Amino acid sequence: MNDVVLTPVGKKPLSFTLPVLAAAGGFAGIFVGAANGSVLLGILIGAVVMAVIGFLAAEMLGEAQEKPVRWGLIVLFGIAGYLFGGLPGAVVGLLFGWFFGWFAYWIAFGRYRAKLLPYLTSGQVLWHYGFRVICGAIFVFLITPIIVVMPLSFNAENFFTFTPEMLRFDPAGYSLRHYRDFLTNPEWTRAVKNSLLVAPVATIISVSLGTLAAIGLSQSHVPGKRAIMAILISPMIVPLIISATGMYFFYSKIGLQGEYIGIVLAHAVLGIPFVIITVTATLVGFDRSLTRAAANMGADPVTTFFRVQMPLILPGVISGGLFAFITSFDEVVVVLFVGSSEWQTLPWQMFTGLREQISPTILAAATILVGISILLLASVEMLRRRSERLRGMSPS
Amino acid sequence: MTDATGDGSQSGPMLAADGTPLKKSLARALRMQKMRALMLIAPLLLFVLVTFIAPIADMLFRSVENQIVSDTIPNTTAVLEEWDGEGLPPEAAFEAAYYDIFLAAERKEHTKLGTRLNYELTGASSLFRKSGRGLDDIGEVYQDQFKDLDRDWDEAEPWAELMGDPAWLSAQAAWTKGERQPAFALRDGVSDILPKTAREYAVFARYQQTEENKSPLKEEPWTAVHTALYEDLKAGDLSGYTGPRAEMLKAADALVDSPDFETITFQAGFEDIDEDWLAPDIWRTIKLYSSSYTSGYFLNSVDMQLTPDGPEARPENERIYMLLFQRTLFMSLVITFSCILLGYPVAYILSNLPSRTANLLMILVLLPFWTSLLVRTSAWKVMLQQQGVINDVLVWLGLVADDARLAMINNQFGTIVAMTHILLPFMILPMFSVMSTIPHSYVRAAKSLGATNWTTFWRVYFPQSVPGIGAGSILVFILSIGYYITPEIVGGTTGTFISNRIAYHISSSLNWGLAAALGAILLAVVLLLYWAYDKIVGIDNVKLG
Repeated sequence: MNDVVLTPVGKKPLSFTLPVLAAAGGFAGIFVGAANGSVLLGILIGAVVMAVIGFLAAEMLGEAQEKPVRWGLIVLFGIAGYLFGGLPGAVVGLLFGWFFGWFAYWIAFGRYRAKLLPYLTSGQVLWHYGFRVICGAIFVFLITPIIVVMPLSFNAENFFTFTPEMLRFDPAGYSLRHYRDFLTNPEWTRAVKNSLLVAPVATIISVSLGTLAAIGLSQSHVPGKRAIMAILISPMIVPLIISATGMYFFYSKIGLQGEYIGIVLAHAVLGIPFVIITVTATLVGFDRSLTRAAANMGADPVTTFFRVQMPLILPGVISGGLFAFITSFDEVVVVLFVGSSEWQTLPWQMFTGLREQISPTILAAATILVGISILLLASVEMLRRRSERLRGMSPS
Repeated sequence: MTDATGDGSQSGPMLAADGTPLKKSLARALRMQKMRALMLIAPLLLFVLVTFIAPIADMLFRSVENQIVSDTIPNTTAVLEEWDGEGLPPEAAFEAAYYDIFLAAERKEHTKLGTRLNYELTGASSLFRKSGRGLDDIGEVYQDQFKDLDRDWDEAEPWAELMGDPAWLSAQAAWTKGERQPAFALRDGVSDILPKTAREYAVFARYQQTEENKSPLKEEPWTAVHTALYEDLKAGDLSGYTGPRAEMLKAADALVDSPDFETITFQAGFEDIDEDWLAPDIWRTIKLYSSSYTSGYFLNSVDMQLTPDGPEARPENERIYMLLFQRTLFMSLVITFSCILLGYPVAYILSNLPSRTANLLMILVLLPFWTSLLVRTSAWKVMLQQQGVINDVLVWLGLVADDARLAMINNQFGTIVAMTHILLPFMILPMFSVMSTIPHSYVRAAKSLGATNWTTFWRVYFPQSVPGIGAGSILVFILSIGYYITPEIVGGTTGTFISNRIAYHISSSLNWGLAAALGAILLAVVLLLYWAYDKIVGIDNVKLG
């Protein structure tokens, strides 16, 4: 797919290449200029530099010399960046060099049209790429906060911000002290232990009850199905603060407030909607004639369930379980009310830490949690594909 | 199905294999199936009802519950029932309040009542706290005089002999700690001659027995009993009395009748404690809140108050909850719109890209969705704070002066940005699942018929994607309106939601009734939206990744 050329490409006239590249250079110049004192000068130099590069690339050296030109640009920009702003400047320079080298050829030889339909007007081409840039910006918005946390967790200082040492890539600015703190400080280790004691048990409760109910709900002729479904999904919909206060009063009355059992029950009920949703979704594609066939061949309902139905819906059940697990593992509002200081979980510890802003150990914990969520995401994705394969759909 | 229609000779209903009519047999099979399905659902339904629905119902009940006033000062509320609310209540109300608050103070419950009434009338809390300490002054006037007459009036046993049933006296005398105490019984006839004293002494004796686990034979009665004795002696005639301790009682009677016996009215006693007791406000408030159920909390949560003339709006400067509700709604709407604005292009591009690329980009959407909420919130704290990443970058670029860094956190902006980021996946996923069902051929057909890009999008593509927008918007709005954690951490004072106020009333101000009323209103809004979501999208169509 990637190599299909829909529209033949060719060299563009200089009257197009030079202004476009100059504009791009000028735009980049705004920021470089602003960082170094003069915006106007930045625009001017940027525009001139890019126009020259465009002229060199398109007219003097041509496509034959593309590789050396682009490498040359990367090195040149890197050196220039180093002279201006030290090591971080060099990194930015290298990226600029790589991008503008590619961009100059992309524009000058009309490559941007290669994968588009030949009849598009230039306005449509512009919109096509403009839209992609907008979407790219939104993806950056989605992912940046999660990325930013990671380097900060290696901060050698007790700050939530990048220190000058870190920006200079000085090894002294980095350390593993927050990870060490996270792994040795009894407050944190106890919180992790509590979370690990609560989440699996809550998951088991919600998965076992939830799977049974989902199977019941998937049968035809269930009286009051809509109302039952609405009740079972409601823990996901009701604002957590209301669930939390309700449970706080009720569990105090029956003596479960601040107890292990209370937290487990509360978390189990919060995980149930996720189990119901994923398992019902899996059951939608389940071929009911299989159970009938099994019954026909003499299997009792229990055998049918465990030998025929369960293996087929297992991926859905497991991903529901992972959802339930992460819900419990990530839950803080209900724990704040139903829990006690004895049963502080990891999110509780992070919440109090964030409110009082004690130390970047929170960021170390956050980085570890991001790692865990990447693992969970990967397994859910794998399970989903497997489930679709099992049900005879082609995995998308 | 059987061979029921084999030959024409057989008439009547169709029969199943076992000979029962087919209709009946099918109905039974259906019933069996229903039962089996319900049996599978029942455990979970029960579990959710007990651990989730019941607690919420219980909490909602608190928003109208108001037994504390009539439970703590039952006699006072009964007397005030008759009062018309004009001027000062009658002396009987002061008297009832004296005995009620005296007992409540012994039980340490007068402060709770004061706190409750303080929600409605500022100052009630300190008034009741003061009164708990000060009521002894009234009784001590009488106690001192009786004690000066005869030391036995301040001793435990003479009082017990005077008031208690002889059978109870001997049983109580035999009692040792650890056993069950014999229930206190009044001596026959004593409540005819000394009605108030008998009542108060019984209250005292039962309190000692059940709540302190002490023997009334060992404890001197508290001063309220002496006050009651004075009241009885003043009113009644004891000349014919022949029971135990007759002389002691008659001497006291003579003392009360003598002109230089010092007395104090209840009203004057209350005035000595605090002049606020002579202002009608406190009495009106007690009367207003003496019923077991009240709409007061709900009125409070919409910035109104209960007055003798019915509900009334609070003064302008005391209105906070409507503002908070408005702000919650406004911010949730802004967040929902930003999610639509950011989510629509992403969902569009994901559903129009080749599936390999789309799956890769989908990870960028799902990763935030799977990442811990606290991680994302802390990330935004890192990004937005004054010394944060965004400000650093802006300063580095020279767009913002170092001493004029932008305040992007602890205000509405911070909450909106962070929550848009957190809820964006909930918008993108439903939109994506709707958009990926829209056939490309429609768009191409529209274009080949001569529509411009804009017309094609607006008249052909967009209307088909509206269900996705609807599903995503309702979901995001429902989730954002009840959010707590993120506004708490990045919201400061101006960027907080109604949830934060509820949490504040639960854990700091302890005004649980008000918290429950605010929660009930929030819950009603959410359930309404949930119902709409069910109608429009169907809850079984919720997708998670």
